Amino acid sequence: MIRKTVCIVGLLATVMVLTLLLSAVSPRSSAKTPQPATAEVKVDNFSFGPVTLTVAVGTTVTWTNRDDIPHTIVSTDKVFKSKVLDTDEKFSFTFAKAGTYPYFCSIHPKMTGSVVVQ
Amino acid sequence: MAKKNKDEILHDHNNDGIDRRGFLKCMAWAGTGAVCVMEGGILKSYSLSRLGEISAKEMAGELSFVQISDSHMGFNKPANPDVAGTLKSAVEKINGLSRAPEFMLHTGDISHLSKPEEFDTVDQILKSASAKDVFFVPGEHDVLNDDGKSYMERYGKNAKGGGWYSFDKKGVHFMGLVNVMNLKAGGLGTLGHEQLEWIEDDVKHLKHSTPIVVFAHIPLWSVYPEWGWGTEDSAQALAYLKKFGSVTVLNGHIHQTMQKVEGNVTFHTAASTAFPQPQPGKADSPGPMKVPAEQLKSVLGITDVNYVQGRQALGVVDATLA
Repeated sequence: MIRKTVCIVGLLATVMVLTLLLSAVSPRSSAKTPQPATAEVKVDNFSFGPVTLTVAVGTTVTWTNRDDIPHTIVSTDKVFKSKVLDTDEKFSFTFAKAGTYPYFCSIHPKMTGSVVVQ
Repeated sequence: MAKKNKDEILHDHNNDGIDRRGFLKCMAWAGTGAVCVMEGGILKSYSLSRLGEISAKEMAGELSFVQISDSHMGFNKPANPDVAGTLKSAVEKINGLSRAPEFMLHTGDISHLSKPEEFDTVDQILKSASAKDVFFVPGEHDVLNDDGKSYMERYGKNAKGGGWYSFDKKGVHFMGLVNVMNLKAGGLGTLGHEQLEWIEDDVKHLKHSTPIVVFAHIPLWSVYPEWGWGTEDSAQALAYLKKFGSVTVLNGHIHQTMQKVEGNVTFHTAASTAFPQPQPGKADSPGPMKVPAEQLKSVLGITDVNYVQGRQALGVVDATLA
């Protein structure tokens, strides 16, 4: 009986060690959480939140106007430009290339923000 | 509210019958609903409740016009769910002035979203004003979707470049300027090179004694740059007007009355007919400010301007809607 138990324990231990070894050498990507493909910017109180948003290449960023006054989202380098967004209206843009994209509200130019795409 | 002795002229520097100190004091009362009238060189004030007692002769300058601003037709949030109604009240106020103004200036943000129906509604409401001629300059809300094309089609027929123009009335030279186009990130209002050159050229041949009235949407002086309440290149424009003995600058955009006198230049901003905004720095942002419904009309208003020939400075008086 004892011999059987020792055998089983030994078997279990080997399996555990093997599992640990396998997971250690397996490719990292299978253990990593996938990056979200969307991100949000909240427009409220004459400001963008967050002011600087960092996302991965290929992410679609959606701006939602929660302010009681209309705003626009205009890229300083003319990469994107929304129509006028009244309260609760949205604008989305997918960032296909890495880089830094400063933007502002063309109605209230003191409102500035940027999207950093890595 | 009349304070007889304190209104006497103490220092008449420009020989125009206006004591700057008395003028400013009088204008400080205006926000509470007072009217200042110049008679025989002495400023008298009357509360608006006594308006009916002031004769048309007393109210008359030789040129009388009204400035309204920021009607934001199309706005429908809690700060004022009925901007058409308050604009109608403003027209009633104008029609109640004992001397009918000859014309009106609208210093912009006529519409809220640059929509055709919004412009239409404003035009319709203003038709019932005693003053039939209205001169407009655009606010940033009027040039939203198409670089100002629909604004220009309606209001810019006789305008140059981006919508600026000038005209004369009874010896006073009026200049409507546009400082809401091509706004740069992080920037303030801007007049631009082309318009500045036009300003220089437009006033080149005018006599120094010609009173000048400049009207534009965003203030031409630095009210509060943090909120975009200023114009980047206005100093250049004002430099071209330095030679004139009387310059009155009428602006809107900030939805509250504010005034400043700098040498021969009097700067004045009008209240909105739609909704008030907070005083500089008194809130997180310059957005619509909610007040109890029964107080709304007391923070909206029109501006009555009178010019008496021979006197240099214009009498600028604010009146609230209630």
